[in-house]
Amino acid sequence: MADTTAPLHVTGPTGTTTVDDVPPGGYQFHVTEEPHVPNGTLLGFWLYLMSDCLIFACLFAAYGVLGREYAGGPTGAELFELPLVALNTSFLLLSSITYGFAMLQMQQNKVSAMQIWLAITWAFGAAFLAVELYEFAHLIHEGAGPTRSAFLTSFFSLVGTHGLHVTFGLIWLIVLMLQVSKHGLITANKRRLMCLSMFWHFLDVVWIGVFTFVYLMGTLP
Amino acid sequence: MSAQDQTMNGHGDTHDGHHHEEEIGPHATLGGYLTGFVLSVFLTAIPFWLVMGNVFDRSSTTAVAILLIGAVQIVVHMIYFLHMNAKSEGGWNMLSLMFTLVLVVITLSGSLWVMYHLNANMMPHMRPPAQSSPVSLPARTQ
Amino acid sequence: MPERSELANMIFGRLTWEAIPYHEPILLATFAVVALGGLVVVGLLTYFRVWGYLWREWFTSIDHKKIGIMYVVLGIVMLLRGFADAVMMRIQQAVAFGDNLGYLPPHHYDQIFTAHGVIMIFFVAMPLVTGLMNFVMPLQIGARDVAFPFLNNFSFWMTTGGAILVMMSLFVGEFARTGWLAYPPLSGILASPDVGVDYYIWALQIAGVGTVLSGINLLVTIVKMRAPGMTLMRMPIFTWTALCTNALIVAAFPVLTAAVTLLALDRYVGTHFFTVEQGGSAMMYVNLIWIWGHPEVYILVLPAFGIFSEVVATFCRKRLFGYASMVYATVVITVLSYLVWLHHFFTMGSGASVNSFFGITTMIISIPTGAKIFNWLFTMYHGKIRFEPPMLWTIGFMVTFVVGGMTGVLLAVPPADFSLHNSLFLIAHFHNVIIGGVLFGLMAGITYWFPKAFGYRLVSSWGKASFWFWFVGFYFAFMPLYWLGMLGVTRRMNHFDDASLQIWFQIAAFGALLIAIGIACFLIQLVVSFRRREELRDTTGDPWNGRTLEWSTSSPPPQYNFAFTPLVHDADAWWQMKQYGYRRPLEGFKPIHMPKGTAAGIVLAGLSTVCGFALIWHIWWLAILSFGATIVSAIIHTFNYKRDYYIPTEEVIRTEASRTQLMAGHG
Repeated sequence: MADTTAPLHVTGPTGTTTVDDVPPGGYQFHVTEEPHVPNGTLLGFWLYLMSDCLIFACLFAAYGVLGREYAGGPTGAELFELPLVALNTSFLLLSSITYGFAMLQMQQNKVSAMQIWLAITWAFGAAFLAVELYEFAHLIHEGAGPTRSAFLTSFFSLVGTHGLHVTFGLIWLIVLMLQVSKHGLITANKRRLMCLSMFWHFLDVVWIGVFTFVYLMGTLP
Repeated sequence: MSAQDQTMNGHGDTHDGHHHEEEIGPHATLGGYLTGFVLSVFLTAIPFWLVMGNVFDRSSTTAVAILLIGAVQIVVHMIYFLHMNAKSEGGWNMLSLMFTLVLVVITLSGSLWVMYHLNANMMPHMRPPAQSSPVSLPARTQ
Repeated sequence: MPERSELANMIFGRLTWEAIPYHEPILLATFAVVALGGLVVVGLLTYFRVWGYLWREWFTSIDHKKIGIMYVVLGIVMLLRGFADAVMMRIQQAVAFGDNLGYLPPHHYDQIFTAHGVIMIFFVAMPLVTGLMNFVMPLQIGARDVAFPFLNNFSFWMTTGGAILVMMSLFVGEFARTGWLAYPPLSGILASPDVGVDYYIWALQIAGVGTVLSGINLLVTIVKMRAPGMTLMRMPIFTWTALCTNALIVAAFPVLTAAVTLLALDRYVGTHFFTVEQGGSAMMYVNLIWIWGHPEVYILVLPAFGIFSEVVATFCRKRLFGYASMVYATVVITVLSYLVWLHHFFTMGSGASVNSFFGITTMIISIPTGAKIFNWLFTMYHGKIRFEPPMLWTIGFMVTFVVGGMTGVLLAVPPADFSLHNSLFLIAHFHNVIIGGVLFGLMAGITYWFPKAFGYRLVSSWGKASFWFWFVGFYFAFMPLYWLGMLGVTRRMNHFDDASLQIWFQIAAFGALLIAIGIACFLIQLVVSFRRREELRDTTGDPWNGRTLEWSTSSPPPQYNFAFTPLVHDADAWWQMKQYGYRRPLEGFKPIHMPKGTAAGIVLAGLSTVCGFALIWHIWWLAILSFGATIVSAIIHTFNYKRDYYIPTEEVIRTEASRTQLMAGHG
């Protein structure tokens, strides 16, 4: 059969090339030890966040197209209370930094300190949601609900979808805190905390887009 | 769906005694988070001030300014909070982010361009008015 | 009719006895056949006591090979349903001229063409493509499973849940009558207040979740789990196309999710995304849906291109020509597929500048595909060609797809498209590329990898018969449609007044008959091969003298795929191993770490399907309950940390020993 020590030549239409230099003794074609398969959870979650990015992109596109269709109804300038939005934004930003502090504690395996920072994060996130729900209720009460015009439709959907994500994040946070208290900072839980960290910061990134593109630009004439 | 941890290599806790625990994910520092936070506070406060204080005469200037500042803040978040760099996950994080960004830009700008032309050609009575005055739009008939 | 009580409305939503189509003889007959067939199947399964086996070994399996096979089975079953829809349409269009109204009134006909499209794209092509990528790719990269085995199982059942909803619409309520993309305002709540569009929405949303998760899963698998030494440029081309396809899936399906969600909001909440009043824009839907829709067709065809690359190299006994250019072409197609979407609605009125841009990009995107065709031809040149069924499908593809591609470039010219848009020319074009490209590719792949999956070869005579009936049938069925389109005939019509057109429709119907025979040949091939499986047994694992790593395993592979992870030094890794006289190791086995099966996937998907059904019929209490149950079940599942186990060394030794025996017993 084939000479195991000679270099493998591949002949094709462009001539002959040598594939690899064969080590003395020939090629080894299998691994004898149990292979170390790198864990894909963080990459997988990042890819999920990329897909989520695209959903938000569509909602932003819809807002971009429909955002001035007031249908004779109220406009952004008339409806948006920017001080409230600023308050909301600071809640979310603070929750981002407190989650960061929690991650620092996690890196040092300090469970209790981490749990405290996570709880504070939860509080800020819940405060964000509370303000947002108040805003929505107020708007609906004023007759400026999502069915009033295409502008309000796209506003409620974009901001509402973000809020839904925050809600899921808060539920996930509680579940994770429970799981850490039950099993400690095992590798699996650390990975989950890192995934939630990515999720949480990603939501803050989306919010930058929201307050810039929707609230601030929506207030401009 | 919350992220499920599907470890195939079970490199969890039964093996911890054999080798040093590998760091999961990028390494965060207090300095990094604080820098990112302070930058974000500024990059948030400025756009709010620009709009609420009516700083520029022309709203288009304000719009461009706040969009640019928003973009910068997103980059700040990416670097300081999401620890984005070209090496994590063998460069696949950056590659997938770039790919997604390109698609987001295409989706957003493409949709806006296409819809602008469609509206201009096919919906003459829906052209966005110069002022956001409710009175200037006639009621849509069926 | 007495008014239904408040209570009944609360419990059953808008589901009433009227939802069951008593008055439609065709549907009643269909239901009778399906019910009977279903009872027979269930009866046989019970009689042979295989429910436990099916549950343990298949439904709760997280093995990518089993999941891949289940996807393919789903695809083939749904192909029969989708093809039945096609036959019904062909018959109607062959007879309904002048006074003869045919047997399908518009109300029914419109559901048939909608269901035909939805089923063929979402529940035939996507599952078949996903199934093949699932089965083959981990084997090709030397991995033991995919990155997230549980998610894989869950994804499969979500796709099945969507299929179940579509099938249910036959017998409970009706399906959408909007065409497969459900454009508003026709699909809005005012024009389509009935359940049809809601079936469409929830079937797609549920299946869509499965698809996106599968995309992420397979992407991470390729990135992280390749065997040592397998750099990106040493991956088999099928794995490259799988990489690009899954990137497209992750990038494109969210747009579909968004568009359909916005439509759902319009229908359920009364929002104004796509309504004609209060500032909505129906054109925005068309724009968004095609931003998804164009990448979708590349999601379907790229794996087919990958299959052809594998088949051509194997059956021409030659390394694929131009590996690097194939890779670049695939990546270029992936990126460019996002820049052409407007060619699906040139006529909607975006004007000359926009139309020209997209017309030019559309023409450009045909170039890398052309490069691939040349590469395949150059591979065949001076190769030792064996005309086995997979190779026949490939050659059939090359001829047919080129024709379809050329008509695509024709349609890419906006002024030409103004005459041909939504004519039968368009129908002929996309069937040309989908059948010639995707379906022929899937048939090549199924016949090529069947021995690997099941351990015995398919009888090639029935396979060749199937190919020829499909191939000839396709031309009879669709060439007349090109001509009809040129004559100005519009799509989606159930009746015509111009009798001079009839002959062309009759020829097309004849073509459909030939294709039906082709499908029958395929099914017969499956049955005959099964019955003669002992004599057709693949004992070596490498029946075709293949080039890539999947052929180094037994047929079917053991649960763990590879007793030892391969070490790769070149592209066409298995070919190189054979060149060097590689002998598989017979000792030194270690315990192998594998994930456990679970029922969580089928439970979660089942609850989601119930939720979809409840939303369709406005049974709000059930929707809330099932949605809540889904979330709670998912959370409970995350509390399960013990999801893996070790296959003991003794079992590995036994499995490998029996393979050694099998190989020795037959030379």
